[in-house]
Amino acid sequence: MPSADSAIFGRLTLDAIPYHEPILLVTFVATALLGLAVVWWVTRAGAWGYLWREWITSIDHKKIGIMYIILGLVMLMRGFADALLMRAQQAIAFGESAGYLPSHHYDQIFTAHGVIMIFFVAMPLVTGLMNYIVPLQIGARDVAFPFLNNFSFWMTVGGAVLVMASLFVGEFARTGWLAYPPLSGVAYSPGVGVDYYIWALQIAGVGTTLSGINLIATIVKMRAPGMTMMRMPIFTWTALCTNVLIVASFPVLGATLALLALDRYVGTNFFTNDLGGNPMMYVNLIWIWGHPEVYILILPAFGVFSEVVSTFSGKRLFGYTSMVYATVVITILSYLVWLHHFFTMGSGASVNAFFGITTMIISIPTGAKIFNWLFTMYRGRVRFELPMMWTIAFMLTFVVGGMTGVMLAVPPADFILHNSLFLVAHFHHVIIGGVVFGMFAGIVFWFPKAFGFRLDPYWGTWSFWFWVVGFYVAFMPLYVLGLMGVTRRLNQFADPSLQVWFVIAAFGAVLIALGIACFVIQIAVSILRRDQLRDTTGDPWHGRTLEWSTSSPPPDYNFAFTPVVHDLDAWEDMKRRGYKRPVSGFRPIHMPKNTWAGVVLAGLATLCGFALIWHIWWLAALSFLTLIATAIFHTFNYDRDFHIPVEDVVRTEGQRTTLLARA
Amino acid sequence: MSGSTTRDNHGHGHGGHHGHGAHHGDAHGDAHGDAMGHGTLRDYLIGFLLSVILTAVAFWLVMYNVLGKTNLTAIAIMALAAAQIIVHMIYFLHMNTKSEGGWTMLAAIFTIVVVVITLSGSLWVMYHLNTNMMPGHLLDLR
Amino acid sequence: MSSDTTTAAAPYDRDVFHVEGEEHPQGSTLLGFWLYLMSDCLVFAVLFATYGVLGRSYAAGPSGADLFDLNLVAINTAMLLLSSITYGFAMLAMDKGRVPATQGWLAVTGLFGLAFVGIELYEFVHLIHEGATPQRSAFLSSFYALVGTHGTHVTFGILWLVVLMAQVAKRGLIPENRRRLLCLSMFWHFLDVVWIGVFTFVYLMGVLP
Repeated sequence: MPSADSAIFGRLTLDAIPYHEPILLVTFVATALLGLAVVWWVTRAGAWGYLWREWITSIDHKKIGIMYIILGLVMLMRGFADALLMRAQQAIAFGESAGYLPSHHYDQIFTAHGVIMIFFVAMPLVTGLMNYIVPLQIGARDVAFPFLNNFSFWMTVGGAVLVMASLFVGEFARTGWLAYPPLSGVAYSPGVGVDYYIWALQIAGVGTTLSGINLIATIVKMRAPGMTMMRMPIFTWTALCTNVLIVASFPVLGATLALLALDRYVGTNFFTNDLGGNPMMYVNLIWIWGHPEVYILILPAFGVFSEVVSTFSGKRLFGYTSMVYATVVITILSYLVWLHHFFTMGSGASVNAFFGITTMIISIPTGAKIFNWLFTMYRGRVRFELPMMWTIAFMLTFVVGGMTGVMLAVPPADFILHNSLFLVAHFHHVIIGGVVFGMFAGIVFWFPKAFGFRLDPYWGTWSFWFWVVGFYVAFMPLYVLGLMGVTRRLNQFADPSLQVWFVIAAFGAVLIALGIACFVIQIAVSILRRDQLRDTTGDPWHGRTLEWSTSSPPPDYNFAFTPVVHDLDAWEDMKRRGYKRPVSGFRPIHMPKNTWAGVVLAGLATLCGFALIWHIWWLAALSFLTLIATAIFHTFNYDRDFHIPVEDVVRTEGQRTTLLARA
Repeated sequence: MSGSTTRDNHGHGHGGHHGHGAHHGDAHGDAHGDAMGHGTLRDYLIGFLLSVILTAVAFWLVMYNVLGKTNLTAIAIMALAAAQIIVHMIYFLHMNTKSEGGWTMLAAIFTIVVVVITLSGSLWVMYHLNTNMMPGHLLDLR
Repeated sequence: MSSDTTTAAAPYDRDVFHVEGEEHPQGSTLLGFWLYLMSDCLVFAVLFATYGVLGRSYAAGPSGADLFDLNLVAINTAMLLLSSITYGFAMLAMDKGRVPATQGWLAVTGLFGLAFVGIELYEFVHLIHEGATPQRSAFLSSFYALVGTHGTHVTFGILWLVVLMAQVAKRGLIPENRRRLLCLSMFWHFLDVVWIGVFTFVYLMGVLP
């Protein structure tokens, strides 16, 4: 018989708050104090109205892109804190010592680390960069569906909020980042952890899918006149392919998680061991999403490196056409390799052979890209600025990481290495060496475009070296351990001879922590020294693509006049042909209006997710119905755009003229 | 989600027609960007007739066991389904290689490829898993 | 319109680097909505794959041959086919700018849709009374998930249709409303296509010996 309490609060009781766990309690107090400090600071500055008008309700792709990147960096802190906790635990938990993390806590940490790093660090960074850069690169004033863009962002935030909430209210999943059943089934994970996992990913996944649709439509429909497909900047090409992958794979994740949710909530038998259910089907389905996801993350990084290499070598990208085809081939091949994540499950020789071969084939277009970058540098006038340093570090690191991947693609070798620390070393090798280095290259490269001043190179160089050296120190020992047969996700070891490798790895993690600290210092120092680092030209690196033709930061409308494109590397072409910036003849510019609907709808979705996690059925129903009603109400608003008056355009462009004359 | 996807079209689409004269009417708007989704009465009637016939034949084959053999019937109704899907795509969804510059067709082909990979791949993988990991005597217990 | 074909013959001279006046990008809504439908295809692909893998795992419970009533499915299919042609008539009326005819055909479409959902609910209730619940076996879990997801889509389609009828009543057949009706049209016909897969793979194949 359900009591009145459980009718109102579901499973949510005061016991859900982990005040008996000192680590969590301290974290909670620290987070709460930090949060209060931010709230106090914003209130004192009287900035709530500003935040609401200019950021939260903004449909400007530039602001949304910046918010995505801030979200990604904030969540990087959380995800990296988890990594430090794990490294510390594994460095000390040998023999008699059980370390300081009990297993139920440790298991939540490695799950949260994986989920956060993939979904709430890498994805927001990638999406944010694409959001900011793509419309500028194609000469557009915004994305195709600006309101949807705002909504997508807040859905991603909603997912992140749920993951963070699990730290202090209840628990997170203890299942590993993909939550394989039957462990993630209700019989073995009866608590709220897996439910947090499901609903956080479900809500963020809706946002990601819609953002993918949005960016495809933007790239297909809103390119400046003259920009044919084969004149598109390579970053835009990789963004297009990435978003195609998003649209064609995130629904698979959503549907699979929905089936898992049905197993847990309704008692169906998709992935159970009883009544005909088959847990292996979950593994099969989740990797149909999971492998394209890997390329969703790496393709935009490839795009960044292509832009950086060509800009800092002062040359057109070598083999543009082959780069485009390589990207498209990778896009399609990424759907044909998913089984290599579970060779050991027992599909047999024919199936394993097929997927092993397709996996190895992917290295061919990837290798072609590496050669293209090398040949772009060859005989180029290479400037070793920070973005270029990240790119070179990437090339060296990624090639080796990719080769360990080809090793894992050989099914007999995989039978030995599967689920070992060798695998952990491999995917960190390509994700850190590829995606993280790529995002840092992109952030340093485009930061002056977004904020009007460059990032301080001194602290950036420190950050760079700490990251690169720290990465090798942290992960090379894991290859060794993996080859010795150490499996992943263990929180205690019996063999003391292994300890030294874990201590080295923990030291590497500390080095990376210093790298992150230097990055934070770099941003702070750059803000303080912004006047020395100011970019008045809009083109601080001698860029080649259209985003460098407008001011830094760009005006709300991006371009006073839509550019006309005649060649690949449009801005380089314009500069070479003596392009004169128009200073008269401005017109009012038609723009979309800001809207409250995105954040409200996403907030309701998050509330609904929270209620479902805690089985607060009335609240789930209420918030879902309110969500539908609000969405319908929003569609009755037809007044969604306005014109920036011509005087404003004249004033903004006039300021730029003065600035350019002074430069 | 469908709702919010459609209703946010306030971007640059049609709003840009302000003050450009009367010829920018609705008809122009439709021909300009919204080329999809238009058919004639004849199209709809042909499509309806074909789909009714194809559906009826499929049900008839199964309900009256006309072909006798299970495999044959299965292949026949799958062929009929494929034909009917094509009929719907042409006559109801008005798909052609020209609408939206061919992008809808390209998207559809890509999706079909991925759907086929997902379906056939899952069936292939899971069939082999079942035969290898669940030997006959275990299968009987299911 | 293809930007590739137009830009190949770009009317801009080699030394012109910006558009005088305001550029008019084309509407992206229909393409965007089409992309959404493609992503929805993948949702159904997962459900079909699950049904394909688990659809014969009866767990000693009832099979499709024991449960499915093809007469009912045939009636249901007829409802959906009829709703498709009536939606087509609504679009033809919309092209001619006839508000009452558009609204009338939309209402008829909605009623056929309601009939479809009603019959499906009747079938589900009937099955559950016979003990064929979603929990009974993996076959039934995947059956309810696939057919139920399609039914949920139709339900939301009806809700959307009602909203659009209200908006047409309020504002007439303005371009925004026409565009929305076109999107719903694609959604509705897309659900038809999915239903072809459902009645073939689930119902017809399910009762084959």
